[in-house]
Amino acid sequence: MPFDPSPRDWLEPTTKFAAGRWSYSAKPKALNTLGFPNPRDWSPAEPDWKLPDNWKEIILQGLKERMGRFRSLRIFMDSCVRCGACADKCHYFIGTGDPKNMPVLRAELLRSVYRGEMTLAGRILGRLVGARRLTPEVLREWFYYFYQCTECRRCSVFCPFGIDQAEITMLGRELLNLLGLNINWVMDPAAKCFMTGNHLGITPHALKDNLEFFVDTIEEITGIRIDPPINKKGAQVLFVAPSGDLLAEPGIFTLMGYLLVLHQSGLDYTWSTYASEGGNFGMFASHDLMKSLNAKIYAEARRLGVKWILGGECGHMWRVAHQYMETMNGPADFLEEPVSPITGTRFENARTTRMVHIAEFTADLIHHGRLRLAPERNDGYRVTYHDSCNPARSMGLLEEPRYILGKTCRHFHEMPAETIREKTFCCGCGAGLGSEECMDLRMRGGIPRAEAVRAVREKHGVNLLSCICAIDRAVLPTLMERWVPDVGVAGLHELVGNALVLDGEKPRTTNLRGEPLGGGVA
Amino acid sequence: MPTITLSGEPFEVDEDGFLKDPARWNESVAKGLASEEGISELTEDHWKVIRYLNNYYKQFGSAPMVRKLSKETGFDLKTIYKLFPTGPAKGACKLAGLPKPTGCI
Repeated sequence: MPFDPSPRDWLEPTTKFAAGRWSYSAKPKALNTLGFPNPRDWSPAEPDWKLPDNWKEIILQGLKERMGRFRSLRIFMDSCVRCGACADKCHYFIGTGDPKNMPVLRAELLRSVYRGEMTLAGRILGRLVGARRLTPEVLREWFYYFYQCTECRRCSVFCPFGIDQAEITMLGRELLNLLGLNINWVMDPAAKCFMTGNHLGITPHALKDNLEFFVDTIEEITGIRIDPPINKKGAQVLFVAPSGDLLAEPGIFTLMGYLLVLHQSGLDYTWSTYASEGGNFGMFASHDLMKSLNAKIYAEARRLGVKWILGGECGHMWRVAHQYMETMNGPADFLEEPVSPITGTRFENARTTRMVHIAEFTADLIHHGRLRLAPERNDGYRVTYHDSCNPARSMGLLEEPRYILGKTCRHFHEMPAETIREKTFCCGCGAGLGSEECMDLRMRGGIPRAEAVRAVREKHGVNLLSCICAIDRAVLPTLMERWVPDVGVAGLHELVGNALVLDGEKPRTTNLRGEPLGGGVA
Repeated sequence: MPTITLSGEPFEVDEDGFLKDPARWNESVAKGLASEEGISELTEDHWKVIRYLNNYYKQFGSAPMVRKLSKETGFDLKTIYKLFPTGPAKGACKLAGLPKPTGCI
């Protein structure tokens, strides 16, 4: 990527907001709903950000408090040796060529202020030790670059110290939020989650209406009418999906796949209109917001009296569940250790969260011969698999999706080894960066993933990119259209739903998209 | 927040021109916003989509699935893109007065 680094010292920034690489500010309505500070109309592109007079004091006090609260932050502020192992691992650095998108330097944006404002050596020696003071220009730089990180954690895989760059971005954004410096694509969904139950603002009656639409569609395709329960007290299991699957293509086909598996398995489960969101955009704004959004799911599990929770193909839902839930809202000891009532399998890995991933549930059903599959129905697809960042790196969900793909598709090809599993490349749009206005950043950040898809398209004729994240399903189609045309995108359970043979179903002529079987990507 | 004037009346809109307050929508808003969405004249087909979206939003408080929009109006996605070049979630929703969708979509 051509890039002309500023001749000035990086410690003295003059951040130019490039077109297509920053997101619109959060609207006052969302901040008022969430009780976040400084709701106002403002734009990152304008010179006046309408900050409170004591903005500097607020940030430094906020940083001090968090240094006391998060041991991880203290370690991350002091332990980096600038070895550079992370530098070229970031999809945004690869795609933009901007040095400040090297994870090491993005973290230094915060570390330099910590040193300059909070350490004796930094205050005395200043730039000699990479220290600087907090100025309005530094604040602009923070906003620009902390909203150019998708918290995907690929860099952390390569860090010899295990520094979690996502946590640095989370803390950076949390500090910015103290001044009302946030983006609408994060705060609006988070606010809607409290007002309607989910990020997309799907109201309870719209959710019911959508489920009925899926039930009708499934009946047209299979001849079987299923009856998904909603808000059913006393059900054994609460099922929570990302709300994107309830509304947008191709997620809705994934959702039909969930419905088919849950119906055929005979699981006693329920949807909820209150906990109708697996995702957690709070993670992209502050720890407190992440905690309260996560708590909603558990509050609903308690209210409905279920035994455990089953989660859909969501991305960061699983980072929150596996790495924060226990200390934030746990232990969930009012629930039971998850056991599949169909196979008797005890999901020991979900002992503390009591939340099982649907890929685990389905893989277990297949392993025990409880699902009859006709993988030839997916013969039109030559499939590859994008390890969605958070299920892969935050919960180690690497084998189950591959096991399921192996049983439901007859043409499966892996992308190059350095781009899958724990080294998977981000879609380029996570952590609230999936907006239209951010398109240049999205298309650049997605280049490494797109190149890996291109490799298997050229070598094996791959025409379908499967994934297990709703952001992936929302943004990868645009990325494919831009860089690797003719490759479609599907959730794992869409392929399961195509292959699954329901008891008593009529001979199928179409897949879940209504396209002729075996036809490939339309 | 930017303001636009349609038929002599000021309306607050977001960065992409979506109405801030969906309750203020009326047909003159749709007519006024059409040209910036690359539509020279609103035909009866346009109105069918716009009215369906607006009514759905009034009833359900959110946008419908595109598949549902297709099924109810009888227009496939290709036709909807022909009518609204920026697509159902942008052009069509904007003209129907719906807020811009955000989140995992």
